[in-house]
Amino acid sequence: MGDVFKLVLKRLGLGLITLLVISVLIFFAVELLPGDIAQAVLGQGATPENLAALREQMGLNDPAPLRYLNWLVGALQGDFGISLVSGERVSAAIGPRFVNTLFLASYAAVIAVPVSIVLGVIVALLRNSIFDRVANVLTLTSISSPEFFLGYILILYFAVKWGAFPAIASLGSDMSLAELLNRTFLPALTMVLVVTAHMMRMTRAAIINLLSSPYIEMAHLKGTPPWKVIVKHALPNAWAPIINVVALNLAYLVTGVVLVEVVFVYPGIGQLLVDAVSKRDFPIVQACCLIFAATFILLNLAADVGAILTNPRLRHPK
Amino acid sequence: MSYFVVGYYALLIGASCLAAFYSKRQLFLLLFSLTLVSFIMGIVGGVPALWGVTICAGLLALAGGTSYAFREFLVIIAPREPAKELRTAPLTASFGMFVIFTYAIAGIFAPVIAPFGEAEVVSTAFAPADPQMLLGADQLGRDLFSRLVFGARNTVGIALLATLLAFLMGAVAGLLAATKGGWFDQLLGRIADVIMSIPSLIFALLMLSIFGTNLVVIVIIIAIIYAPRVFRLTRAVAGNVVVMDYIEAAKLRGEGTWYLIRKEILPNSTAPLIAEFGLEFCFVFLLISGLSFLGLGIQPPTADWGSMVRENATLISFGEITPLIPAAAIALLTVAVNFVVDWMLFRSSGLKG
Repeated sequence: MGDVFKLVLKRLGLGLITLLVISVLIFFAVELLPGDIAQAVLGQGATPENLAALREQMGLNDPAPLRYLNWLVGALQGDFGISLVSGERVSAAIGPRFVNTLFLASYAAVIAVPVSIVLGVIVALLRNSIFDRVANVLTLTSISSPEFFLGYILILYFAVKWGAFPAIASLGSDMSLAELLNRTFLPALTMVLVVTAHMMRMTRAAIINLLSSPYIEMAHLKGTPPWKVIVKHALPNAWAPIINVVALNLAYLVTGVVLVEVVFVYPGIGQLLVDAVSKRDFPIVQACCLIFAATFILLNLAADVGAILTNPRLRHPK
Repeated sequence: MSYFVVGYYALLIGASCLAAFYSKRQLFLLLFSLTLVSFIMGIVGGVPALWGVTICAGLLALAGGTSYAFREFLVIIAPREPAKELRTAPLTASFGMFVIFTYAIAGIFAPVIAPFGEAEVVSTAFAPADPQMLLGADQLGRDLFSRLVFGARNTVGIALLATLLAFLMGAVAGLLAATKGGWFDQLLGRIADVIMSIPSLIFALLMLSIFGTNLVVIVIIIAIIYAPRVFRLTRAVAGNVVVMDYIEAAKLRGEGTWYLIRKEILPNSTAPLIAEFGLEFCFVFLLISGLSFLGLGIQPPTADWGSMVRENATLISFGEITPLIPAAAIALLTVAVNFVVDWMLFRSSGLKG
């Protein structure tokens, strides 16, 4: 057991280093600006006095490494500085929106994960049948469509033509959970469609890979009933790839959320990021990027650790 | 109970009986499960739902017929060796090739095909479709069809350019890493790790916020984001080739790195690289369209599918499908490329999945 612990710890350390490198990248990317932030904010016509005042206010006169450390320490405590456009605290703008985004992503995940794993296993068992072919074409189509295409199709039918769900996901603070789930159904469904297709394909590939291994054939040959082959022989080995698939796709959800939020005008962090990019509000852009990257890395890390815990073979790297 | 509904079920059940009689098991399963699904859909959605199914089936049949004809056409005009390969292509792959061919024609001959210029205001805003304007007008009164055709040139062209650049960077770095090895390989590998550990859309947004949205910047940023994928694949493929005896022999002959890459390694690793190029194109294309949709990609008045969706998005709340058309154009091309890539991967790996 000590081995596993060490291995997991090593992975965690590696993830932390990656995150640190990315934070450096995100911070110093802004330094690449022609001139500096103050120049970019105030534009070409700024007077030297204004520039100097803004530089003083933003602490731009300190050397870059020192500012980076300040920013990092602040970020760890949830303080990302002050928005250049609205002048409010970045953390105040991000906090509630981040909760909304997490809500949307977990809503989609709760629907997508069980559905896609069950469908993926079924399709794998029916491989090379006509259902498998149809499912292959459908999932490929769903993966290839941009999120906004699926989103607008859903709006057109579910919201405009049939009036079943609201098209715009505006959230109030005092809504009941049922109301909330109803309002966010269409954005969640859009993400479910994309992620389910991905997960189904990956689950199918993993299961087929497993079912073609010799020990499964052996189990068939010695007369084990098919359900027992699946439950007793295949499933224990299938956990590792399935956990991997789930974590990787949750990581994918994190990126997909940006486009979906814009389509449905959902008050989440993705929408905030897009607005901040077009207004060139760097503190918000940096904070959002850091949060997205951290979530992405965390989920990939979870995939790694899950694979190590469920697959003993990975515990002894060659 | 209208004649349509009676005819619909009669046709389906008759066809499935025929399929069962001639023991086409797969076809029977498909037809009969369609019948069962239609029962449910007919009860829930009524006649319109059944019409929907009929139209979908008709479109599918049309697509199937077109791709069958296109494959036969390709088999006849192609020289012997490729023709043999093409004969085994599934219908989805030839459908993909047909779509790519159509888009290429639209892109290359855009000024000839489009009745109006891409930024030409010819009508009032959101004018409905008429014989001159096949799909109506957009929010400024420009012809939507013309913009769609020009979009094939702009959007696809830029995606292709970015993919080529990414490929060039990734493949050269990968080949060098595989042949040189050592610290050079390690360094490139770590850089690739870092770039790949940031979600691509987020990375693109960060860079665009800093450098602003102009075309050159977009192409370069996207190339940098997607180069690591190519790098990893090329390095892995070339890594398998590098350990071969004939490479050793070439090294002993005193050939240089460049000769090794060009004459020995590259010819032996083209198949997976071509498939990767297709996949890569899909990713790049979707990312560029996504950025344009967010208003941060290709800037107006250039006709571009992503921004066309965004500009016409308000129409969706009036039940118009106008904004869906450019989005569908994006989806169709990506699906087509994926179909072709699927077939190529299947062929090159001998994968029987």
